[in-house]
Amino acid sequence: MQTLLTTKQLHLSLKRLAYQLLENQENLEHIVFVGLQPRGIQISQRIMEEAALLVSRDKLQYGILDITFYRDDHRDALHIPRETLLNFSIEDKKIILIDDVLYTGRTIRAALDALQDFGRPSKVELCVLVNRRFSRELPIQPDYFGIAIDTLPNQKVKVEWDREEVVIY
Amino acid sequence: MQLSTKHLLGIKDLPAVDISLILSTAAQFKEVLQRPIKKVPSLRDLTVVNLFYENSTRTRISFELAEKRLSADTINFAASGSSVSKGETLLDTVNNILSMKVDMVVMRHSASGAPHFLARHLPETAIINAGDGINEHPTQALLDAFSIKEKLGSLEGKKVVLIGDIMHSRVALSNIYLLKKMGAEVMLAGPPTLIPIHVKAALDVEVAYDLKKALQWCDVANVLRIQLERQNQVLFSSLREYNLAYGVSRKLLDSIGKEIVIMHPGPINRGVEIDSDVADGRDSIILQQVENGVAVRMAVLYLLSGRKGDS
Repeated sequence: MQTLLTTKQLHLSLKRLAYQLLENQENLEHIVFVGLQPRGIQISQRIMEEAALLVSRDKLQYGILDITFYRDDHRDALHIPRETLLNFSIEDKKIILIDDVLYTGRTIRAALDALQDFGRPSKVELCVLVNRRFSRELPIQPDYFGIAIDTLPNQKVKVEWDREEVVIY
Repeated sequence: MQLSTKHLLGIKDLPAVDISLILSTAAQFKEVLQRPIKKVPSLRDLTVVNLFYENSTRTRISFELAEKRLSADTINFAASGSSVSKGETLLDTVNNILSMKVDMVVMRHSASGAPHFLARHLPETAIINAGDGINEHPTQALLDAFSIKEKLGSLEGKKVVLIGDIMHSRVALSNIYLLKKMGAEVMLAGPPTLIPIHVKAALDVEVAYDLKKALQWCDVANVLRIQLERQNQVLFSSLREYNLAYGVSRKLLDSIGKEIVIMHPGPINRGVEIDSDVADGRDSIILQQVENGVAVRMAVLYLLSGRKGDS
């Protein structure tokens, strides 16, 4: 096991991502931040906390999206759905999807499909903490990321929230 | 995590953990049904046949809608107008349908145990019981439980009275099994002729022959339909007399002085087991039950469909 981001580095990355997500947004009314179930929730909430130090919290529109019903591997194993919470229209809004690790891109593909059922966003962007380069199975790339790394397919990258570290093993 | 069973034949043998999984999954599907596009692609590789050997409005439409909202292909089969009238057996009919690459079977049948018989002969195909004779109606009990949970927060410790034709009601039996497993207290109320005599000892439930006492005790009253089509002997003297003694009326509810959640599985015999002003009143969740039925059936279909990749 090797540490990719220490606690201090993780905190700095979250702070930087919050700044990056806000810097180009002129009108927050047209932006929706969406954390992806299950592992994108904690990171997205942490980024929202950081963002709330920069702008008023009630200006940040935040939702939760579960992509279970849109997976392409649901016949390999049964996946149990989790909560989706998008209590506002996403029509013509700019969506920023937030997840912890971008690997094959299949989760994001499913999330893009799921979003269509809620409306037609004007734009969709992707923010991840860890970008595992050269491992994509679909043409999907992040617009914002904390750290980019090169990994082997048999390696696992995980955000350990109890220790507040990002590790690879 | 997945269901411990391949079929949904009844609540009797369904573990509490499976019931909880179905109810929590149904809550996610209820959210799906609030979206602008109320459809997910989860079952688009599957075909489901709805075999209805007995009449149905709600259950058939609810299952069909659940299948369509999951993107499954559906076939509807009604016994009348089919080769059943030419003497084809149940197993032959189902085997012929399955040979056309059908993956799941939803069946209602007037014979108790018919879906169990199918499940024994077709262990690889998911069979869902949509009501068998006077035995069980598991998805109705699940949607009733979901609706109670939605209204009152939980099932644990809640007092539920099932009123009326217990003897002929598959809804009653499935509800009793489910509510007991989930920690609710159950009472049966109705005329002695419509409540099986050994039910108290057999299923560990309370029995009351006085409707007012039962209503005073309960948090939820689930009023059952008088099933005239299953009664081949006279069990009460007239519908009017039944209504006077066991009909749930506004006047009766007002005299109790507490709020009770009113449920009915439908179809309603208005003015017999329940009066219109109660069925359409403020405490009634009858139409929410129907709405929740689609989400619960989506959950059952989804959770049973996942088993296909196991083999």
